[in-house]
Amino acid sequence: MASRTLYSQRDPALKKRDDFEDILEERRNSSDLKYALKCYMPVLYKGVTPCKPSMIKTMVLQSEQLRYVVTELSKETGEATEVIQGEALAILEEMAHKLHLGTVRFFAYMLNKAFKVLYQRIRVNEDGIQRLQQAIQEHPLVLLPSHRSYMDFLIVSYLLYTNDLALPVIAAGMDFLGMKFVGEMLRMSGAFFIRRSFGGDRLYWAVFSEYVKTILRNGYAPIEFFLEGTRSRTCKSLTPKVGLLSIAMEPFFKGEVFDVSMVPISISYERVLEEALYARELLGVPKPKESTSGLLKARRILSEDYGNIHVYFGQPVSLRSLAQGRINRSQYNLMPRHISRRPGEDVQVFVNDVAYKMVRLQEESMVLRPWVLVATILLQNPHGVEAVWLAEQTAWLRGLAQAFGAFLDWPDHISASRAVASGLALHPNLVCTERGRVRLATEPKGPGARAPEEDLFNHAVTVLSCASYRNQVLHVFLRPALLAMAMDVAPTSRKDDVYSCFGYLRDVFSNEFILCPGAEVQDFDEACFLLTKCSAIQILKQDIVATERGRPTLSFLSAMFQPFLLGYQVVCRYLCEEVAESLPEKSYVAGVRSYAVKRILSGELACLEVLSSDLQKNVLAALLRMGALRKSKAGELVTLRVNKSAINTIENTLGGRVSTQKPVLARL
Amino acid sequence: MMGRGTAVGSRSGMASDRSGYGRQRAARQRLEVISGHLGRQEASGACEGRQADDVHRNAVPRRRQDVLKWNGWGFRDSKFLFNKKGLAELTGKRYQLSGTLMPGLKDWFEGTFGANLQHRSPAVPALNPSVVPPPNLHAAFVEALKEATIPCTHEPEDRVFHSHGHCLHEIFALREGKIGRVPDLVVWPGCHADVVRIVELACQHNVCLIPYGGGTSVSSALQCPLEESRCIISVDTSQMNRILWIDEKNLTAHVEAGIIGQDLERLLREHGYCTGHEPDSMEFSSLGGWVATRASGMKKNVYGNIENLVVHIKMVTPCGVMEKSCQGPRISAGPDIHHFILGSEGTLGVVTEVTLKIRPFPEYRKYGSVVFPSFEQGVSCLREVAKQRCAPASIRLMDNAQFHFGHALRPQTSMFMSFLDGLKKFYITKFKGFDPQRLCVATLLFEGDQNHVLNQEQQVYDIAAQFGGLAAGEDNGQRGYLLTFIIAYLRDLGMEYYVIGESFETSVPWDRVLDLCRNVKERIERECKDRGVQFPPLSTCRVTQIYDAGACVYFYFAFNYRGLSDPMRLYEQVEHSAREEILASGGSLSHHHGVGKLRKQWMQETISKVGLGMLRSVKEHLDPQNIFGNRNLL
Repeated sequence: MASRTLYSQRDPALKKRDDFEDILEERRNSSDLKYALKCYMPVLYKGVTPCKPSMIKTMVLQSEQLRYVVTELSKETGEATEVIQGEALAILEEMAHKLHLGTVRFFAYMLNKAFKVLYQRIRVNEDGIQRLQQAIQEHPLVLLPSHRSYMDFLIVSYLLYTNDLALPVIAAGMDFLGMKFVGEMLRMSGAFFIRRSFGGDRLYWAVFSEYVKTILRNGYAPIEFFLEGTRSRTCKSLTPKVGLLSIAMEPFFKGEVFDVSMVPISISYERVLEEALYARELLGVPKPKESTSGLLKARRILSEDYGNIHVYFGQPVSLRSLAQGRINRSQYNLMPRHISRRPGEDVQVFVNDVAYKMVRLQEESMVLRPWVLVATILLQNPHGVEAVWLAEQTAWLRGLAQAFGAFLDWPDHISASRAVASGLALHPNLVCTERGRVRLATEPKGPGARAPEEDLFNHAVTVLSCASYRNQVLHVFLRPALLAMAMDVAPTSRKDDVYSCFGYLRDVFSNEFILCPGAEVQDFDEACFLLTKCSAIQILKQDIVATERGRPTLSFLSAMFQPFLLGYQVVCRYLCEEVAESLPEKSYVAGVRSYAVKRILSGELACLEVLSSDLQKNVLAALLRMGALRKSKAGELVTLRVNKSAINTIENTLGGRVSTQKPVLARL
Repeated sequence: MMGRGTAVGSRSGMASDRSGYGRQRAARQRLEVISGHLGRQEASGACEGRQADDVHRNAVPRRRQDVLKWNGWGFRDSKFLFNKKGLAELTGKRYQLSGTLMPGLKDWFEGTFGANLQHRSPAVPALNPSVVPPPNLHAAFVEALKEATIPCTHEPEDRVFHSHGHCLHEIFALREGKIGRVPDLVVWPGCHADVVRIVELACQHNVCLIPYGGGTSVSSALQCPLEESRCIISVDTSQMNRILWIDEKNLTAHVEAGIIGQDLERLLREHGYCTGHEPDSMEFSSLGGWVATRASGMKKNVYGNIENLVVHIKMVTPCGVMEKSCQGPRISAGPDIHHFILGSEGTLGVVTEVTLKIRPFPEYRKYGSVVFPSFEQGVSCLREVAKQRCAPASIRLMDNAQFHFGHALRPQTSMFMSFLDGLKKFYITKFKGFDPQRLCVATLLFEGDQNHVLNQEQQVYDIAAQFGGLAAGEDNGQRGYLLTFIIAYLRDLGMEYYVIGESFETSVPWDRVLDLCRNVKERIERECKDRGVQFPPLSTCRVTQIYDAGACVYFYFAFNYRGLSDPMRLYEQVEHSAREEILASGGSLSHHHGVGKLRKQWMQETISKVGLGMLRSVKEHLDPQNIFGNRNLL
């Protein structure tokens, strides 16, 4: 099993991490203009002769792969090859970047100004930069940053420019092109644009993949893209998309490059610019269309304090080492390499595993500020807590998180109460302190009576925003918490019962959290190890039991994930109670939402996180995966068919109301 | 890496040689020899050759160790050394380069490997017979051999000599005085009938036979299997070395399979012919060995590889003698049984006689060389030459590291010559803008009638010019070919100073040549680094043969092992990884070295499980007792 080798580190708390340095400090003391005009002479991939972006385009258009697809299409459609070649050129024009140093310098100047206003510090691990400098020269490079904010696009390039490293070519969604100037500006600073969906378009796929591969093969520039595909609105890592990654790996599989280095980059924001926007979006206010005027309006955010950014450049991961013993590259020997074909099962599984591994690496190096611990505690106590107790509790949680390997940015000399206070100060819109009690902020009831839905909606914005901070720490606690929940749910304390419940929960939640496929055993082992280490459980010969000391820990962990458990149950209940046999996919989210709102207003349900469309979509994906829902297509209309008994079973199992669930558990 | 052997001294004159000797004299001589052979055979049965042994005629005698090194490559009188002034020289008088001083080698050697002439790793001075395990003789078998008057011996020196080929690990062990399992008996059949008798007796007494030709294997093919408990007999074919007849109407020659390359070419030349088959090892390797390993010759573009040269093969197997009934140039009668023999690596029987195509000795020969700005452009040029099917007899492309290596082997020259070299260098690097760290050289050898050669030369240089190539003179070309057959001697020099090296080859489709070269070289470097080799290894390649659909690529790999605890193991691991990389990059298991025991583990991957089953069933049919028990290939 591959993932076994992927995680050899037994005790995550022993993980060695680099130190950070603030790069803004130097910027504050020197001229922005001088900085923007500085001499920029990056090191390049082993002796590559630098070429212009237009050269790349020519290479793509003349590539055998593209010519082959063009000929094939021409044969199929009867259209002249010149016409199709013309279409390919148009696609390429729309897609290709036009890296232009002047624009980069302009951006550098502007960003400098903006960063200095917005952020207290931008902290980067210098060792990571050093490693990157080495890696750039040795092998083609793929940069894989986490994606929490639009800022991610700019910040990596900004840092590489600052450190005199080769600027990456960045895959961006086509929607940016909707923004006047900005799209083109991004293009000139190295972005290239891909359509969000082009499933069946072979020509598009050919141009796109050849473009990426040409850049990679020639080591022309590092390629940067977001494995998660889109900005995570919840600050939880999203399950990775593998399309671009598998394209980037192909030159290695086909022997066209010796190796490819993949560098996970974790960008953590103490306060995300889009915070409130995300929460609204999750609650069903559609995402505003990208527009320049929108961006200008966003200027008011310049007046607020967004704390620190931490950027951690991870250890470059060698694709060759990962593929060693897993991929038989000679499978590509029997066909001309320009004819692309569907990758074999082994390759698909491998790409998927690597994608998960990289996202896990991103997660592990995400810097957590004390505030996320505070948010975690506050969400479990929606009616507020004593400030003193909050500080104590935060200190306790800090110890637990560190034991579990969290990358906390909390220097030893800062006391818990100070840490809590500074966190609260940075998020006045989310929390308020009254007479020594801290609670989530609610807007004061205005004079005019508002609809209860509106109040609910406003409160939910706060809760979801707050949850987005708690979410940042979930990956640290996920495995132990799944074990804690499994112990709650399991009919007995016998090891195999607990294990099968653990596996079941893991399976249910595998669209919600980053759980590497096929790594049940390792995850279970890790969970057992961590909980034993902090004396929360004892592993006996046959059983796993909670210790007296450990009960608070276990119940805290369970409570942390309770919203998800509840959320999944609520959706199941909705499908059982409100849906006859099938429903159109389009009305799913709205249906769940109105059901949940009803239940909340009636007081049956207290958990507002159920309203998050992200959660609802994850449940949908999980139910489809588990076969409790089926999609059927009739023309444009996609219908979901509900398998009620399966849904019932899932709901009951999650609620721990079943002891005779053998058939379901046997599936594991 | 096996040294490009050539008939001693015969090279120098050839470039200008048109028609060296009188036609009439040649014809007379030819007739005499032919009638002599035929008469002898008819008159006194099969084995006249045994007495007629031709100490004066053959380059290699029965007691090989008298002339050849027991623990290194080639002739005892020829070896490289650094003299007191640190200048390298090749001793002896056999080679054109013998006696010339090479002032550049020391610096290159020390600079490339981080070696030091003060740090020596000498071999044991002589074989200690007491470390050779006593022979496990089968008395009845030996008795029967004596009765059949077939010479044999169990002298330790002979047995040790027949226990190895020229893989690095084999020579390294000998230099350290380590002797493993060796044959128990060496036998010298004098003719086909002797071999028939030996195989009969072996079957009767259930002993193990290992055919031995020239002993130049680089695939561990001659190593005695450790698991073999029977008496092992090395069947040395060197005394079966006559040309039995020459057929000038069909241009074929019938030759005993033990003849070694240089003798074959020399004898044919006396009649005005040649086979044109010149593998790098032709000074020592035998006709039977070529057949058994699917050998390839440097000039295959004109003459073909061994499978294109053979017309008829006679092989003695435990089931009897296998041969075809006619000499038709091509036969459609089921799968070609020759292809069971070609590449069988001594697992099925002993090849005793072969009918080969011969060609009139070429009228005109010309060397040439081309400098390319980069290896990539050089490969493109070779590809185009292959496409236009205008390849000279030989065309080889060396990468930059080999270019520097070749440069280090330049002989000491006069002031004027070095001034001239300086000018050339200036022209290429400054005027033409070639980067000395990227440029590479192709060497060319043209052969045939003069007009044809000159036209072909023009065509090749025109193509080269399209890829930025500059003609770099005949001298450079010729020196390139001289170096190929002394390079194995250089390995012995390296081993005196803690540097070990080996070569290996593959064949690969054109579109993957560059990728394969880059990946394999880099893999070698990386494996060495990961395994703690202090100084970066020499990891270099050349394209040595071109085909319509691909090329043969040769890799050289050498490193300084001073301070490493188990250099052989490390070396083997790196070579193993390099082979994996070759296979993953679309290369073949071997182009002409064969599989032996060294590459056996990849056979199934290479020819599929079904294919392996087919070969196994042939082996089981022919040799159910595993008399030919060298355990190669399968």
